[in-house]
Amino acid sequence: MDTFFHAFAEAGALLASLDADFLEIVGLSLRVSLSAVAIACLIGFPLGAAVALYKFPGRGVVSLLLNTFMGLPPVVVGLIVFLMLSRSGPLGVLGLLFTPTAMIIAQAILVTPIVAALTRQIVEDLWREYGDHLRSLNAGPIDTLGTLIYDARFSLATVVLAGFGRAIAEVGAVMIVGGNIDHATRVMTTAIALETSKGNLATALGLGIVLLVIALSVNATVQIVNNASARKAALA
Amino acid sequence: MSAPQSILPLEIRRLVFESGDTRLLHDIDVTLSAGRRTIILGPNGAGKSLLLRLCHGLLKPTSGEIIWRGAGTRSRVIRHQAMVFQRPVMLRRTAIGNILHTLRIRDVPRRERRERAEAALALAGLSHLANRPARLMSGGEQQRLALARAWVTEPEVLFLDEPTASLDPAATRTVESLVEGFHAAGTKIIMATHDLGQARRLADDIVFLHKGRLLEFTPASEFFENPQTPEARAFTQGELLW
Repeated sequence: MDTFFHAFAEAGALLASLDADFLEIVGLSLRVSLSAVAIACLIGFPLGAAVALYKFPGRGVVSLLLNTFMGLPPVVVGLIVFLMLSRSGPLGVLGLLFTPTAMIIAQAILVTPIVAALTRQIVEDLWREYGDHLRSLNAGPIDTLGTLIYDARFSLATVVLAGFGRAIAEVGAVMIVGGNIDHATRVMTTAIALETSKGNLATALGLGIVLLVIALSVNATVQIVNNASARKAALA
Repeated sequence: MSAPQSILPLEIRRLVFESGDTRLLHDIDVTLSAGRRTIILGPNGAGKSLLLRLCHGLLKPTSGEIIWRGAGTRSRVIRHQAMVFQRPVMLRRTAIGNILHTLRIRDVPRRERRERAEAALALAGLSHLANRPARLMSGGEQQRLALARAWVTEPEVLFLDEPTASLDPAATRTVESLVEGFHAAGTKIIMATHDLGQARRLADDIVFLHKGRLLEFTPASEFFENPQTPEARAFTQGELLW
C-alpha cells in the first residue's frame, strides 16, 4: 500500500515539474495518434458512407470485414506492418521501420475500420430517414453524401473520439513497429510498459495519469461543443 | 409556374405493383391532366401512398407504364415535381437552412437563395421561426416548412401524401390553404387522403382506390353525389371498409 501512495506522490511531482523528456513522450503520443486518426477519417468517412449508400459487388464482404476489423488485435497489426516495412519486406526500401511514420501507419490501420464501420451505421440510419426527401429532390451522389455527412456531423465527432481513444491507448502495434526508442519512438503507452517492468512505478503512473487526463479533456471538449451546437441546430 | 415544356398530362397505363407475392396495385389506368386538383381517396391500405410514390419515381412499377409528356430521363421529369410526405423529413438544420439546402441542391445561384427562402418562409407564415431548428418545431409548423421547401422548387406537379393526417384542425386548415396557394399558382395538385371532409374541400377530381384497385375516377361533385360503386358509396357514408 505504501508503494501505491508513494507512486502517486512521485507522479504528482513529475507532472508538476514538466520534465522535458516527459513532455517529449506526451507530445509524440499526441502527434502519432492524431495523425493516425486524421488519416483514418480521410479514408473511413467516405468508405463507410459509400458502403451505406451504394450497392456494389462485394458490399456485404466489405461490411463484414469492417465490423470484424474493428476489433483487430494491435499486436497482429504491428506484426504485419513490421513485416511490410522490415528491410526484407516489400516496403523495406522506404526505411520507415522504427520511425514515428511507421507508428502512424500501424495506428491508422487499427482506427480506419472503426471509423468506417461506425460511419456506415450512422449514415445508413440517416439515409433511412432522409432518403425519400433527397431522392425527391433528385440530389446527386455528391450532394447526397455531403448532406448526410454534414447532418451527421455530431455523431461523426463521436466516431473520431472513439478512434482517437483506440489509438492513444494501444501499446502493441507502436511497440512492435516503433521499438520504444528513447527520444525517437517512445510514446506514453510504451513508456508505461517499460517503466513498469523496470519497477519505476512513479513514472509509469505519472504517464498513466496524463493519458487519462488527455482522454478526459478530449471527451469533455467534444461533449461541450456538441451540446452547445446541438442545441442551436437540433441534432437530436 | 408552368415550366417551358409541360410534363402533363400524366398517363398511367396498366400499372401493377407487387411486393413479394402480394399484388398491392392492380392494373391502374388513369390520365391526370393539368389544372385540376386530383385527390386520391380511399381507406388505409388502399394503395394511395404507393401510387404517389410510383408516379413520383421513388418506386419502380412491377409492370405497366407511367408516362409524363415529353418524357425523357427521370431526372428531367422529377425536377418538375415536388413531394410532401405524411411525416415531413426535417433536416437537422434551421427552418431557413432546410430551404437553403433545397435551393442549393437545385442549383439556384447563391445570391438568390436567401431572398427566395425568406419569401417562401413568409408565405408559409414561418418568418418568425426562420432560425428555429426545424426538428424542434411543431407538427403543423414542420408541414408548413415542408410546403415552403416544395414551393421554392416551383414544381409543375406537387404530390402530397396525407400531409395533414397527424395534424389538428387548425393546422390542417393552414396546410390546406397553402395547397390552394400552389393550385392558384398553376401547380398540379395530386394529393392522397382518407379524410372525406378534406376531399370535399379540395378536390376537383377524385381517384377512388380500394384494395389496390381503381374503382372510380370522376369529378368530385359527381363522386360525392352519386358514387357508382358500392365501396365508394359505403366510404362516402363513412362506413369502415378495409
